[in-house]
Amino acid sequence: MADDFTLSDAGAGALLLDVAVGGAFDETRQARLLGLAASLGGIDGVEDVVPGMNNLMVAFDPLTVDASVMERRLAEGWRSAVARAETGRSHDIAVVYGGPDIEDFAAGLGVSIDEVVERHAGAVYRVAAIGAMPGFPYLSGLDRALAAPRRAVPRQGVPKGAVIVGGGQAGIMPITAPSGWHILGHTDFTLFDPHRATPATLAAGDVVRFTIAGVRW
Amino acid sequence: MVIEILSSGALNSVQDRGRRGLLSSGVSRSGAMDLVALEAANALLGNDRDAAAIEVAAFPFRLRFEAATPVAVTGAVAEARLASRRLSPWWAMEAQAGDELTIAPPTTGARVYIAVGGGVDLPPLLGARATDLKSGYGGHEGRGLRRGDRLPLGRRPAGRLPEGGIGALPPPGRSDFALPLRVLLAAEWMEFSEEARDLFATTGWRITAEADRQGCRLEGPELVRARRRELLSHGIVPGTVQVPPSGRPIVQLAEANTCGGYPKIATVIEADLWRLGQAMPDDELRFAVVGRDEAQAALRETAAWLARLRSATALYRVS
Repeated sequence: MADDFTLSDAGAGALLLDVAVGGAFDETRQARLLGLAASLGGIDGVEDVVPGMNNLMVAFDPLTVDASVMERRLAEGWRSAVARAETGRSHDIAVVYGGPDIEDFAAGLGVSIDEVVERHAGAVYRVAAIGAMPGFPYLSGLDRALAAPRRAVPRQGVPKGAVIVGGGQAGIMPITAPSGWHILGHTDFTLFDPHRATPATLAAGDVVRFTIAGVRW
Repeated sequence: MVIEILSSGALNSVQDRGRRGLLSSGVSRSGAMDLVALEAANALLGNDRDAAAIEVAAFPFRLRFEAATPVAVTGAVAEARLASRRLSPWWAMEAQAGDELTIAPPTTGARVYIAVGGGVDLPPLLGARATDLKSGYGGHEGRGLRRGDRLPLGRRPAGRLPEGGIGALPPPGRSDFALPLRVLLAAEWMEFSEEARDLFATTGWRITAEADRQGCRLEGPELVRARRRELLSHGIVPGTVQVPPSGRPIVQLAEANTCGGYPKIATVIEADLWRLGQAMPDDELRFAVVGRDEAQAALRETAAWLARLRSATALYRVS
């Protein structure tokens, strides 16, 4: 159903619109969500419009924006939302495959490391959302054969530039930070620069392809 | 116009009201953990609302003024000495060139704010002067303050503080640190068992040692989710109370990740977030569920208090 969604409070100054159905990420609904997000910029009192994976958080000044009015706006906006017309930019990201996890990761899936590399570099990814860490892209489009549960114990310091996968998602670490995802390689691609007006290099809706710059482990 | 840090810990940092509009780039709000104390310090001096101050979370802290400037100290209750004079809590005074300011460990609360005339005048980054300690940008070189750091001061506002200085009465709710944190229900509230929902609102939760500018882990009974399902990643705000698989809540704070995937049982209302900024490990806290109206009324009350402080102090500044 087109109007399957829930709306909830995130404090007095934010609302979360969740359009996920059955826990699985849906590319079409995400495109509509990004269309809705684009239509919400520039509203008085709205501070942040934050696309997530099949959800959208809108933060506002609760003293100038009436939450129930915003709630209606989001509900109606979602029902009438159309996929954003313009496609995002395309990025080719060079990866040296390898690192501490790739051998166990391949073994766990019962495939060779070469197959992991080929399947990871063979897919076309879409930036579903940017978040968690500065400039971190949530990438959809991972080859289903590479979907594996996250590590039971997260690594404390997954290095900046690590090319990672977790569950059905792919990503790249913009800073060194803890993560439970598996490291498949490394890139020097700059995801975030606080000195730029638009600090994140990637944006929701962009297309990402990984290229094989080398394989060593 | 400079202040020199004489003694500091890495947890002390330059903070302002934080960043807005960049959550969708993964940029946390950051900013003062006790925004009311920060705004009050700036109001006492007639500073711009967006002026940056020093957030002190590691004590003792000592600095020296190389030029005369008004200074305000707010937040946690801690002994503060300006040269030979003792500063009462939430007080502002004129510092003379060469004066040293010393802040002792607090007797109540966790964080002290030191504002100076014109604010700490570092170049804004991504719209704010706040330090993001986790990501390492903003403030002074993207890091906590240390001995020998020199911070430039902005232009002090017109007028001088009267002899003896001026002070603020405690803001709303400040006289009782033991009041519960008011929360609004969040997306997954109904997915928790009836017992868990009841426990959430009746337990005295203990703050663990894992408490910093990113968030604060609580110790108490396990909150069981009746309906278990994986959530897709979604935007979160400071104040979000997540319940990871361990069943022990985490309250996300100023430097929290901008997206998360754990179920959310509730959100601490904006007007009460300062309580977490002033909470220490081993402190006990309670939650009380309220509605939107009360959350808004509480914010209005704080805003009105700050506005009154601002206009009252303007009357006292002598030209």
